[in-house]
Amino acid sequence: MSTLFSRASTASVLYDAPGPKARARYRLFGVLSLIAIAGLIWYAITMLTDNGQFDAGLWDVFQYNTIQQRILDGLISTLEAFGLAALFSLTLGALLAAGQLSDHKPVRWVCVSFVQFFRAMPLLILIVALYYAFFAKEPMWALVLGLTLYNGSVQAEIIRSGVNAVPRGQGEAAYALGMRKTQVMAGILVPQAVRSMLPTMIGQLVVTLKDTSLGFIITYHELLFVGKAIASQPMNAAGFPYIPVVLIIGPIYVAMCLLLTALARWIEARGRRGANRRTSASA
Amino acid sequence: MGFLFEDDNFALFRDGFLQTIELSALSALLALLLGTLLAAFRVSPAPVLRAFGTAWVTIFRNTPLTLLFFAVEFGLPALGVHFEHLTFATLALGGYTASFVCEVLRSGINTVPLGQAEAARSLGMTFGQTLTLVVLPQAARTVLAPMSSVFIALPRNSAIAGAFSIGELYSAQQTFSDRGYSIFSIFFWVACAYLVISATVATLFRFLESRLAVAR
Repeated sequence: MSTLFSRASTASVLYDAPGPKARARYRLFGVLSLIAIAGLIWYAITMLTDNGQFDAGLWDVFQYNTIQQRILDGLISTLEAFGLAALFSLTLGALLAAGQLSDHKPVRWVCVSFVQFFRAMPLLILIVALYYAFFAKEPMWALVLGLTLYNGSVQAEIIRSGVNAVPRGQGEAAYALGMRKTQVMAGILVPQAVRSMLPTMIGQLVVTLKDTSLGFIITYHELLFVGKAIASQPMNAAGFPYIPVVLIIGPIYVAMCLLLTALARWIEARGRRGANRRTSASA
Repeated sequence: MGFLFEDDNFALFRDGFLQTIELSALSALLALLLGTLLAAFRVSPAPVLRAFGTAWVTIFRNTPLTLLFFAVEFGLPALGVHFEHLTFATLALGGYTASFVCEVLRSGINTVPLGQAEAARSLGMTFGQTLTLVVLPQAARTVLAPMSSVFIALPRNSAIAGAFSIGELYSAQQTFSDRGYSIFSIFFWVACAYLVISATVATLFRFLESRLAVAR
């Protein structure tokens, strides 16, 4: 029976390995969807051209050294805020995770409510409140502090769930050897948690990087703010270069985020390889 | 703290609250429809559609939401497209969230046992029928937990719309601070409003989970 019904491994759960008829149908379908998507792209390009968005006049501005320098400065400001926020949020996350796992009820209670509150709060509202209350002169610190409070809380949850995911026997064995709680945490549980959660933590850093663009709203001179400033100067009769700015700045953000994601994938692959090596050695 | 109950402050706050809910609900609807469609594209037998889905998810997940609002609010009018601000905001927020919905659903599709789809195929169902009648309903039920984080994040993200001419809670916060009220009491009330919204969404999803979750 089983040999009668078993098939060659299929390309997907959802559809059979196609036979000649299905292949022809897929080909037709593929061509149709290609035409539809090409049509969409063609429509978009026609619209852009009809509205003069590809006129040289709108793009000339990016040839000036001063404009290139401003975009570069914006990029550096973005990376500066991101670097500080990444450093601080990982530190805060580690502290809050330790607090959430504390044996002392008041400490645990404070840390848990801190994390829950800042995770539920819209980051923009938080940053704007910090900006008006304390940092009206230094928007960067409002941005960095807001990013730290929000992302630190998320990182704390990631680390905490990582620690809880370490098999219970590990901690019990360490306690049985006479280690104190701090030693068990720092020596046994946290290193394993960080190892397993590193891809997720880097994923959260991608979110942190994207959220630096909120600095735009509180007049921090990051990449998007610089873009808006460039786009707000009318070039010629064609008007404002909003779309060229989006077409230049968008890919920069996407590239930065993809780089971070690639790093997470690489670490994950390395971690898996390491784990395999360890199993084979112990076997 | 009492400033909320003076003058017409409460009306402004209430309108902002309702606008946040309206924008969130519209964007959630768009994100759900578009996200499901994109997930179907990403598992479909047509390579072109798969590539389209992948491209959409890669671009929208890695672009800051602020930049998307910027592109929609300033870019589309430059192309001669003029909608209301609410429509623009829904497009940006819904399109952004759709990429997350798509990824969550796709991970759910991977959890549906192979036998289910095989059984559906052996009954003679087409790809569309297998997906919409057998696989997607089960996938949706298994991913309720990650889906709830996506939809709890959505109203929080909607705050950015306030910076682009939508009269929701963020702009209420701006107006109040322009009127000179203490930033701490404003923050307190706005924070409360968002906590109510996210608690409501969380409760709704917990209810759905208790009703629909599949034990597997």
